[in-house]
Amino acid sequence: MDSDIVMVDDKGKRLDGRTADELRPMKIEAGVLSNADGSAYLEIGKNKVLAAVYGPRECHPRHLQNPTRAIVQCKYNMQSYSVGDRKRPGPDRRSVEISKIISEALEAVIQVELFPRASIDVYIEILQANAGTRCAGLTAASVALADAGIPMRDLVPSVAVGKANGHLLLDLNKEEDNYGEADLPLAIVPKTNEVVLLQMDGHMTREEFGTAMEMGVKACHEIYEMQKDALRRRYSTEADEQEVEE
Amino acid sequence: MSRSVVSEIRRNHIYELLRKGRRMDGREPLDLREISVETGVIDTAEGSARVRYGETEVIAGLKMAIGTPFPDTPNKGVLTTSMELIPMAHPDFESGPPGGDAIELARVVDRGIRESGMVDVEKLCITPGEEVWMCFIDIYSINYDGNLFDAAALAVVAALKSAIVPASNHDKGEDFPLPVTCVPITATMAKIENTLIVDPTFDEEMVSSARLTVTSDGNGDVRAMQKGKSGAFTVEEVNYIVDVAREKGDEIRKIIG
Repeated sequence: MDSDIVMVDDKGKRLDGRTADELRPMKIEAGVLSNADGSAYLEIGKNKVLAAVYGPRECHPRHLQNPTRAIVQCKYNMQSYSVGDRKRPGPDRRSVEISKIISEALEAVIQVELFPRASIDVYIEILQANAGTRCAGLTAASVALADAGIPMRDLVPSVAVGKANGHLLLDLNKEEDNYGEADLPLAIVPKTNEVVLLQMDGHMTREEFGTAMEMGVKACHEIYEMQKDALRRRYSTEADEQEVEE
Repeated sequence: MSRSVVSEIRRNHIYELLRKGRRMDGREPLDLREISVETGVIDTAEGSARVRYGETEVIAGLKMAIGTPFPDTPNKGVLTTSMELIPMAHPDFESGPPGGDAIELARVVDRGIRESGMVDVEKLCITPGEEVWMCFIDIYSINYDGNLFDAAALAVVAALKSAIVPASNHDKGEDFPLPVTCVPITATMAKIENTLIVDPTFDEEMVSSARLTVTSDGNGDVRAMQKGKSGAFTVEEVNYIVDVAREKGDEIRKIIG
């Protein structure tokens, strides 16, 4: 650990000028792909992520069908040029795990009981990675699901809180992540504050963990507003906008 | 919903329109869709481009690394091209290792680049027989509405043209632009009944009997060709397609400068 690197200067600013609890600049656009039933493009900092939803549609392979409800099958994929050293194309153990936990987080909000035997397929493609791609992917995926008109209880904003050089920092970028001592990705259902995705690795005290959770939940609510805004921009009509102005 | 089957009504509609020289989206047989090219879309890649032909969208990225040359070409850098038809792009695409379509696409794009000598691979040699630059070109389909051949080829050309060799990251001196000698452009025509059209959409591809992909360089010379599907072309048709592809090559070359 190189303790000479100053993660937070005496003015409370990080390497990229953010404060400890500040998100990177974020942009979400819903409905960007014509073939998919729903889709979203998201940028947060230097991350670039696309999410697409197909379904509900017939479940393949058949043996995964559930006679009482739909299953959610997410595939998270890092494109080969998305990282510093080229990533070999295709799934690896990391992406299989991330796909699984994102599927589970989304299943928590989708009204799967409305679509017996069906599959709702969610594809997340990481075009450019700069730490925090699983959270970016999940945030984009839930917007894509809403864009597809799939009945769900709420959107699922997601963000990671990290610890670098002893400081708790929201939404670590790659540079900070290289000096990270702990990482806590989480996702919530904003209406109820239920946590639907939570992972943690590294080292945090009990107190730090509590603070990190608070920072994460608060930031998820900020992201939630941006998700809703993206959907409003996609679906508002000129008449709606006039109404708002009046 | 799978759209891999085109209904009889739609098929007949495409036929009937083409007999009058028209197409479903209002184009004439030799009109391209609107093409857009953005380069430098991926900061982590040495070169990248996002290309759209109408609703068809692909991203190509170049990653470079240092490796050993092939024994028979000890003073030449190495190029490899691969294509992924990811399930995001179309309801019929499935995840898993590349199938026949993806492999054919990658190889046809690769041939256009390689046979035209677009990349001066001799300038990518560091120490003959020991160290050369390896170029990994990866193409991902993002949205598929026909004519992936031309979109993928154009994305690769645009990505290579704008690429910077990351020499300083490997202690090999200063970064330098990827040495590029020419701009090969690929154009595909499809045959529907007896009409030949450029830049087919998905529906048009589905009802077409054959396709011919032609890569030409800035001098109008032909650098690579590939015929696909089970239909046939007459010799006159082939000559006509080559001429159209060269014209379209010039038209598209202006877009990427």
